[in-house]
Parts: sequence; C-alpha cells; structure tokens
Amino acid sequence: MKTVASFEIKYLQYLDSDGRLTQKKLPKFAENPDELLKMYRMMSFVRVFDTKSIALQRTGQLGTYASCLGHEATHVGIGAAMRPEDAFFPMYREYGAQFWRGVKPHEVLLFWGGDERGNNFSGPAHDFAWAVPIATQCHHAAGAALAFKLRGEKRAAVSVIGDGGTSQGDFYESLNAAGAYQLPVVFVVSNNKWAISVPLAAQTACETLAQKAIAGGFEGIQVDGNDIIAVRDIMEYALHKARSGKGPTLVEALTYRLSDHTTADDATRYRDKREVEEARKQEPLIRLRKYLTDMGAWDQKKEAKLLEECSAQMDAEVKLYKDTGKPPVASMFDHMFANMPENLLAQRDAAVAEEQQHG
Amino acid sequence: MAKLAMVEAVTAALAYELEHDPAVVVLGEDVGVNGGVFRATNGLQQRFGKDRVLDTPLAEALIAGMSIGMAAMGMKPVAEIQFSGFIYPTVDQMINHAGRLRTRTRGRLHVPMVLRAPSGGGIHAPEHHSESNEALFAHMPGIRTVMPSSPSRAYGLLLAAIRDPDPVVFLEPTRLYRINKQEVEDNGQALPLDTCFVLREGNDVTLVSWGAMIHETMQAAAGLADQGVDCEVIDLATISPIDFETILESVGKTGRLVVIHEAPKNCGVGAEIAATVAEKAIYSLKAPIERITGYDIPMPLFKLEHDYMPSVARVTAGIRKVMEA
Repeated sequence: MKTVASFEIKYLQYLDSDGRLTQKKLPKFAENPDELLKMYRMMSFVRVFDTKSIALQRTGQLGTYASCLGHEATHVGIGAAMRPEDAFFPMYREYGAQFWRGVKPHEVLLFWGGDERGNNFSGPAHDFAWAVPIATQCHHAAGAALAFKLRGEKRAAVSVIGDGGTSQGDFYESLNAAGAYQLPVVFVVSNNKWAISVPLAAQTACETLAQKAIAGGFEGIQVDGNDIIAVRDIMEYALHKARSGKGPTLVEALTYRLSDHTTADDATRYRDKREVEEARKQEPLIRLRKYLTDMGAWDQKKEAKLLEECSAQMDAEVKLYKDTGKPPVASMFDHMFANMPENLLAQRDAAVAEEQQHG
Repeated sequence: MAKLAMVEAVTAALAYELEHDPAVVVLGEDVGVNGGVFRATNGLQQRFGKDRVLDTPLAEALIAGMSIGMAAMGMKPVAEIQFSGFIYPTVDQMINHAGRLRTRTRGRLHVPMVLRAPSGGGIHAPEHHSESNEALFAHMPGIRTVMPSSPSRAYGLLLAAIRDPDPVVFLEPTRLYRINKQEVEDNGQALPLDTCFVLREGNDVTLVSWGAMIHETMQAAAGLADQGVDCEVIDLATISPIDFETILESVGKTGRLVVIHEAPKNCGVGAEIAATVAEKAIYSLKAPIERITGYDIPMPLFKLEHDYMPSVARVTAGIRKVMEA
C-alpha cells in the first residue's frame, strides 16, 4: 500500500509556565507591553469575577454558576483577537472573551441569577447568548459565517466548545460544512481535560482534538491555551485567514479546568488532587505576571493596586446585579413572537392577573 | 393566471421571494441543480444562482442549525428537509434555539427562518417518507407550524411564512403535490397566518382538518350533504398557534365537532382542539366530540398505508356517529 494522504498537527507556545519565552520572535502585539498589560488586567478581573461569583452562589445570591478558573488566557485571547463586527458563539464560561467584547459583568450575573435580561447584553448585538446544549452553537457559527460569505462581508464567526463537545455530531457536521463551503469561521476547542467527570481519554482515542479538522478538510492547530500570547496570535491568524476568504480553522487550546464543572459539581468525587495541583502550576496568570515582572513592567505594588481596582469594579457590578429586581411576568411572553398570537396574549393576561393578585 | 399544482405553487412562492427580497436564501439537500427530490425548487438555482439556492451537505441538524445562524445575522433562510422522517435531527435545534432565541435574548436576536418539509402518506413511498409530525412542532413554543391544503393556500401561506420574522415549520402534504391543479395568481399576495379557512359553510356539524385530510373531509361532507347533513369544514392551515376563535364560533353554531387528522391520535393536534372546545364551549355541544385519526403506530409500509390513513368512509362514519348521538 502507498500513502495517499498524510497530515500533521502543529503546536504553538510562546510563554512557558515559568514565564520564559520559548520562541525568539514574538507577534507584533506582544512586543508592546501596554497590550500585554491590558490583557493581564482583564485576566485578573476575570479571576476576581469568578471568585466573587462562586461566593455569591455559595451564599444563595446566585444560581448555579460555571467557573472559568484556569481558562482566562484562552478566553481573553479569543476576545482580544476578534473584531466587534465578528460574531461570537460561546458555550457558557467564556466571560473573558465576552467582557473584552463589551458584555458587562452584571449581565453575566443576571443570566446565572435566573434572568434572561442578562442575554440582552451590552456586547455586539449580533453575538449569540450562551449555548448550554453542547456543541449546538457550532451550527450557528457556520450559519453566520455562511451569511457573511454570501454577502461578501469581511467578518468571521467564532464558536467555542469544550473537549466533551467534540464528541457531538453537531461539531462534526459543522466542521464538514465549514470545509465544504470554505466558511469564514474559527472553531475553538477549549480542551480543559474534563467533561464534568469524564476525562479526555474516555472521550476520544485521538492524540489531539486539533486533528478533528482533518476530517473537515482544513487546518487544525494546537495551542497552549494557558499562554495568552499564543492564543491571541493563533486566533488573529485564523481570523485573518477567515476574513480573507481562506476558509475555516480549528484551534485546540490546551488548558485545564481548575474548578468544579459548575457550582453544582464536586470534582473531588472523580479527580485526583495531585493532578489539579500540577495543573495549577501551569495556570495562565502566574506565567504572564512573571514575564511582565521580568521585563520590568510589573511589580507587587502594581499588582496590589490592580486587585483593589478589580475588587471595587466587581463590587459595583454585584450591586448593579442585586439592584435589578425580578423581571415582570409579562416579559416571559412579550418576546416570544414579533406578532403575538391571540392564545398567548390570553395566557399573558392570565399570568399578569395572577401576578397582580398574588404577587 | 396559471394553473398550478401545489408543488409548483411552492416553487412560485420561493421564486417570488427570491426575486423580491435579497435576504432570502433557499437551502437543503439536492435543492440546487436537481431542483429538490419533489422538484419544489425546480429551476431556482439556474435562475437565481448558487449564492441564493444552495445544496447543503447531507445533515439535517446542520440545515436547521445553520439556518438559525444565518437568520440571526439578517438573512431569511428557507430550508428544505428532504423527507418527513428525516426531520427529527432538527428537533434539538428547533426547540432549543429557533423557538427560544428571541425570548432568551429578550428580543435582541430573532430567527426569521422557514423549515419546509414534505409531510404525510399516500404516495407509496419507502419507509420513513410518509410521517405526519405536525404535533411534534406544534408543541414547541416560539415556532409556528403551518400546513397548506391547496395550491393557492400553499402559495399564500408560504409567502407569509417567509415574511414572518419568526421561525415557521411549513409542512407540505406530498399526496397533494401533483393533484388538483388550481388557478394561482403569482402576485406576491400572502395569506394570513394564525387563521383558519372556512372551506364550506354548514349548520349541523363542524369538521376541522388540515393538510391532505381536507380532501377526504370535503368528500365526506359532500356525500353527507346529499343525505341532508349540513357540514361546516374548517381548514386549520396554521397548526400552531390555533385560531380557536373561528373554531369556537363554528361549534357555537353547529353544536357538534369532528376533528380529522392523519397523524397518530395520542397527543395529536386533535386532542388540543377537542380539549379547548370542551373547556370553552362544552355547553353548546349536542354530542360528544369525535376524533378520526391515524392509529398510534408507526406509519406502515405502503401496502397498508391506506388502511392507516382515515378514508372517506371512516370520516363519514365518524360524522354519522356524532349526528346520531
């Protein structure tokens, strides 16, 4: 037999877990310390947001919440590479990308606090809301990308799923269509090694998740998802490629879910503590802080000030969240249709009357 | 005015919207150069180009999901599902996303898409090609489900479905695709959604049906008229939301209700109609409500399909039962 096709998967990293550069030449944005500081500030804020959100849930002030602990570089890197006119199709923990795109933290709290108004957010009006049914959003991203392509717009769509999401048919179907139509879309797989309690090895026999792109007929790249320089660089590359009509890319970002799956989960039931401790050494903030410190752009005093600022900003957001009252009952009905049917109007009136009578 | 079969009326409506609205895109399996397996998109790609009429990879969840993404970005996708039994992979996308994106974003995003699919039996098709699944979609909030019963209503209702800013599942009875040609004026005039059509006025009994079963229902009504039973026939047309005002008004007049549908009886759309009439008009009923439907079994292969689908004789017998109660 002869080989009729062969493939390879590339891996990209600039900054190792000790904050040392692994490559001589950096992407242009990374040569500017201000750009790195901007991203570091956002990652730090996301960390504070996450900690305080979990505290809100633990004290009964928030519903079930999906932590993003450990994913900060992947999420902020995606956000920083995208343009406002690009469209974002997240799963349910990409706060760093959303905040970068203008979504307000209290809006995310509203969503996890059980209020749809959180999805009517301040970010780009075309960005999708969270997709809780796993990998369904890959289709939406493909559809948006198809719309951009058909209209000749220089825009791209970005979807994010986890490693578990790569087991879904929706993922493969949309990869296949993106390849067939050469769509301006970037599929990000945030490989955090765990799909609730199921480890990556039980999810797939593949050596990488980036290689799933091969079946779609396009490029898949693996990147250190805890290295924000690598994430942003590869996302800028893939987005530029998409907007220039050169088709889709799959980016596998290697990271680790340092938290439970959500606040309703207890990862100690299925995960070895030592594994988490090892992963903690790889986490994205430590290495960037060290790199910035080594280059003289950061110090402990600045760090303390930043954390104070993040904390104050989060407190203000929590106040906005808490000050938002329960949505009116009528709002459950008001956005079902542009032209509300009579039957629904009658149900709305009955529900509103019930609200007025019983509160 | 041209005489059109229902499938040609569908093509005419698609062509009208493709010509008049640049946001409209037709997509699905084999809808391009082949013009669709039932020829509903016949000639459209040749006329409007490959950027307006797209063949998709063979994946129904993709067709629905991609349409949602396109629609939310301002296009008006009209997607075709090839056969009725292949529509089930779209259910996840339709119920979890198409029907709820507007409300879960409080109106920020919406989904002006149409999911067209053939529906029902009677054409000697292979397995999984003859299903009646309107009740499945009628149960989904945020989605309209529409089923035409004639070429002119197919034309007018499909135009309305495409122009509606929310998702519409448009089920086309394959049994009617090529029978009973009718004068259809290709004038871009839409018919109203959420509205029943009274096809025959009568004072003795209200018959509610839709899709292909309208034809057995009309034949039964004509036969009974010779025997002095005056039937009122209502074409539901929009399966969800149901225009109960028209039905209740009719039952108020006749005092009798028979619902006829091809889909299985259990939790069928007939159950919703019967329950609502019982809730709101039970005191105007002179007889128990009767449902004449398919059985609670999978659609049989075609040797038995006509034993499954309500026949004119079964419909007639059901109406008699109500008249004699």
